[in-house]
Amino acid sequence: MASVVSGSLCIPARLWQNGPSASCLFNLSDGLADQNTYFAQRSQAPITTGTSVLGITFEGGVAIAADILGSYGSLARFRNCPRIMHVNDNIILGAGGDYADYQYLKDVIEQKILEEECLDDGFSIKPKALHCWLTRVMYNRRSKFDPFWNNFIVGGLQDDEPFLGTVDKLGTAYVDRHIATGYGAYMALPLMREEVERNPIMTKDAAQKLLVKCLEVLYYRDSRSFPKVKLIFDCLMSLQSLLSTCSFSFSPYCQLFYLFLISATI
Amino acid sequence: MSSIGTGYDLSASQFSPDGRVFQVEYAHKAVENSGTVIGLRGKDGVVFAVEKLVTSKLYEPGANKRIFNIDKNVGMAVSGLISDARQIVETARTEAMNYRAQYGSNIPLRFLNDRVSMYMHAYTLYSAVRPFGCSVILGAYEADGPVMYMIDPSGVSYGYYGCAVGKAKQAAKTEIEKLKLSDMTCKDLVKEAARIIYLVHDELKDKQFELELSWVGADTKGVFERVPQSVFQEAEKSAKAAMEDESDSDTEDM
Repeated sequence: MASVVSGSLCIPARLWQNGPSASCLFNLSDGLADQNTYFAQRSQAPITTGTSVLGITFEGGVAIAADILGSYGSLARFRNCPRIMHVNDNIILGAGGDYADYQYLKDVIEQKILEEECLDDGFSIKPKALHCWLTRVMYNRRSKFDPFWNNFIVGGLQDDEPFLGTVDKLGTAYVDRHIATGYGAYMALPLMREEVERNPIMTKDAAQKLLVKCLEVLYYRDSRSFPKVKLIFDCLMSLQSLLSTCSFSFSPYCQLFYLFLISATI
Repeated sequence: MSSIGTGYDLSASQFSPDGRVFQVEYAHKAVENSGTVIGLRGKDGVVFAVEKLVTSKLYEPGANKRIFNIDKNVGMAVSGLISDARQIVETARTEAMNYRAQYGSNIPLRFLNDRVSMYMHAYTLYSAVRPFGCSVILGAYEADGPVMYMIDPSGVSYGYYGCAVGKAKQAAKTEIEKLKLSDMTCKDLVKEAARIIYLVHDELKDKQFELELSWVGADTKGVFERVPQSVFQEAEKSAKAAMEDESDSDTEDM
């Protein structure tokens, strides 16, 4: 610790007992606190981070998009960090902020889903429930002054109705029809609102187009963004059309898109 | 059981003079009173079939299942006291979870079997506890093919190609031995498993039973699951048909 004061270390003999010693930091404590080892370091800053996450609802589904860059400060260090996950047959989850915290929560959620499948009662968690659970987890950790440094967007079908919600590292949560976190809240959200105003009942294709445009705009302005992105849909139509392509590791209804936007024009 | 009442059967922590642990033997007896459970390991997967005895017509169908998912790729079929078995299922799930948390991959069945066996064995060592009154069969489909183990109440386990436990295990084993297991696919095994369960079921002693069928294999992409409704019905139908044929030929003989 920086504030260690002991007579022998600083000045061999004290001129003035019980007072401040010259050329040392004055320590108000009685000296016992110096031996205090009951301190804990909380995470004060994220390390490897992901930037904005975008989510929108459309007719019969939701879509979440984010690039796959893991930034180390301002360094574009890890270039294959997908941060949108399939939770179960009707939930997708996108995360910005600290990548390690996301990975930890991802493992916790995956185990949670597995335990639920093991119960074998035909029920599975719905997006609203996962969103609520995430708010509790995030709020609990911020109350310990040790937050998970993330912005989450939870999307999915709540009884066949699109659901989209977000939680941040403080546990602040809300539900909306279109959500953007981080830099996207400044750059992409106005674009999304404008489009939704013009076209309130959006099709899946229109949603995809809008997300791609937002990602593009973000890529040109957000220095932590990346032209390689992941865009995942959760909707009724694709649920039906993609069932035959079911594989072990991916839920059947989700499509993965890798979009290369470098040469695109705004 | 001539040694009953000789004072060496009250605790699992004491041997009898002739080197037996009676509590463990009684636990085996508990398993033998239960409905028959069979596990078949073919060339592309493992199939479990359970004869779940239903002791009252008033019970809801599908209650007290005897086949459990331990992990996405691992299944467990249990015979014996269902409540004891659930504890083992819970332990196995925890072990699978711990392994995943530490190593980031599914637990190989060999290791899971070791851990569950050790857990069951621990309950044969102390006077304050009783052994588990159940045998469990573990099955999975791994990179180098299907695997299956059976653990009995003493905590002993073996890997099997085909195994049977419960009331009619002898009859079931005889039937299983007639099969060329290593050449058979899951689709064939499901039919055989259903047939054997119907065959060994004793109509006179136990009137009603429910058939449970689950599998894991190449067809299920390594996921352990109940067999689909259509396959189940087909297997059950052919099992019933096989029973009819048998009883017809019986009467012809007479």
